[in-house]
Amino acid sequence: MAAAVVSRAVFRRPRRRRWTGWGFVGPFLIVFAVALVAPVCYAIYLSLFRQQLIGGNAFVGLANYHLALSDPRFWESLRRVLLFLAVQVPVMLVLALLAALALDSARLRWAAVYRLSIFLPYAVPAVVASLMWGFMYGSQFGLVARLSSLLRVGLPDPLSSSWVLVSIGNIVTWEFAGYNMLIFYAALRAVPGELYEAASIDGATALGIVRWIKLPALRPALVVAGVFSVIGSLQLFNEPNILQQLAPDAIGTSFTPNMYAYNLSFAGQEYNYSAAIAIGMGVITMVLAYAVQLYGRRKAA
Amino acid sequence: MTAATQARAAAGAKPGRKPPRLGAGRRGRGGRGGRGGTGARERHSVVLSALMTIMLCYALLPLFWLVVNSAKTQRALFTTFGLWFGGKFALWSNIHQVLTYDNGIFVRWLANTVVYVVVGAGGATFLATLAGYGMAKYDFPGKRAVFAIVLGAVAIPGTALAVPTFLLFSRLHLTNTPWSVILPSLVSPLGLYLIWVYAADAVPTELLEAARIDGAGEFRTFFVISMRLLTPGVVTVLLFTVVATWNNYFLPLIMLSNPHWYPLTVGLNDWNAQSSTAGGQAIYNLVITGSLLTVIPIMIAFLVMQRYWRSGLAAGSVKQ
Repeated sequence: MAAAVVSRAVFRRPRRRRWTGWGFVGPFLIVFAVALVAPVCYAIYLSLFRQQLIGGNAFVGLANYHLALSDPRFWESLRRVLLFLAVQVPVMLVLALLAALALDSARLRWAAVYRLSIFLPYAVPAVVASLMWGFMYGSQFGLVARLSSLLRVGLPDPLSSSWVLVSIGNIVTWEFAGYNMLIFYAALRAVPGELYEAASIDGATALGIVRWIKLPALRPALVVAGVFSVIGSLQLFNEPNILQQLAPDAIGTSFTPNMYAYNLSFAGQEYNYSAAIAIGMGVITMVLAYAVQLYGRRKAA
Repeated sequence: MTAATQARAAAGAKPGRKPPRLGAGRRGRGGRGGRGGTGARERHSVVLSALMTIMLCYALLPLFWLVVNSAKTQRALFTTFGLWFGGKFALWSNIHQVLTYDNGIFVRWLANTVVYVVVGAGGATFLATLAGYGMAKYDFPGKRAVFAIVLGAVAIPGTALAVPTFLLFSRLHLTNTPWSVILPSLVSPLGLYLIWVYAADAVPTELLEAARIDGAGEFRTFFVISMRLLTPGVVTVLLFTVVATWNNYFLPLIMLSNPHWYPLTVGLNDWNAQSSTAGGQAIYNLVITGSLLTVIPIMIAFLVMQRYWRSGLAAGSVKQ
């Protein structure tokens, strides 16, 4: 931040058209206000009211938030996405990290083919990804059932209630491991070559270079991947919502907080409570994302 | 624009004020020879190739499954092994059915998706480019506030906004119109941020001053000179926004109830729901072939655009 202040002082100079910048930023800010700020404000407003049989729409303060705190369905959904976050995200990031290190190692033939192919699932819509994996999981023409009978072992049903979270984790990992790999790979490419030369003069081993040069260089990228993964996990919606058709018994209407908010709005018409859950989850997500960032920055210092 | 302007561009100038970043600056590394470790001549590692091949198979397996099963009749889907072709080769008849089922509703969904992508992603990229450039190259009252707002908004997850946006739009009777899908996808704080970082380095401030001395207007300078320099950054942002809008599901699901406005993603899920419902007509072959047709255009766009994009910029998002 200090550097920014210094450069501000150095580069500040009188400009003839001081307001010109608004001409560039203005259009974005107008849409931003309409499509982002206004909905959030309206949802906060809604979350403070309650539709009552007597008296209509009444101001209830934070009662909707209190309700969420004592709502076992909300807690269960929150616990589920936190568990998801704790298991799926490390698995995915470690996979992505190893792949990025392999790509950067110069020991891989046709590295570009691997890079592109592994990144490709990122372009597949979550709907299609969930349908494909869902069909492969499924009992009707599923591969897993087929493999079970072929190998004569009892593989678990991926769409049963005890396994469905793992199955969703696999879909999300498949979708985003390549994306994270690319972020890590780009960060590795930005390491100055002199560092490697110096290390090789010092007789560092390949593993030593990974440990002392590459991993530290990856820290900022890891923080960002971590932030995005926290957001993705806590806001989980697409994959379970689509798998619900194929596994209606295992995935309920409040499987994740986002699904709960969605179903409250649609099936229940409980807009006020739904708004409170959406806003509450937004706050929890931002706090956790910020914590990840802070943790990453502090360790770097 | 005079020759002097061009010369200054070539000479390269001091970068303008950059947004604060965490990490080190972007530095290209010349040549990849002799790097990655101990010796100048590194052998290709078989173990590494094997491990990466497993990962590659994992990434491509579902797509292979999709291609194979798009070529099957509905009966063969249930009776033949999933990872190889079986039964009659039905790809063409499946495609024909997908395109004509229910009076060609799939084609309608495809057209909707294209409109949402062109207007939504195109508009988002344009607005983000304009604003990111403005943030990088101009000083104006209230800039700090804009900076704080944008940085805060990058962390707001899109899915967290879907329900609030729906609540507001339904109050304004905007739901069930194309605008309910397009308007929210026009905002890309991350895109703005990427362009900002990119423009700080890619467009020399002295070049802009030279253009000013030459009497070019600010917006003309932007469209004639700066846009050209910004192209790699713009393509990168476009790649992100196109993928995001093409794949958008939660927002249109929540906003639209009239199938005539559905994008492909919501339409496919509708077909799948119909197949899974007791009493509904099962059209699994159409769900699968429709999925294939949904994936192909975005993959082509993706493969074309990734050649131009700066992966360093993707990392730029990293180095806030």
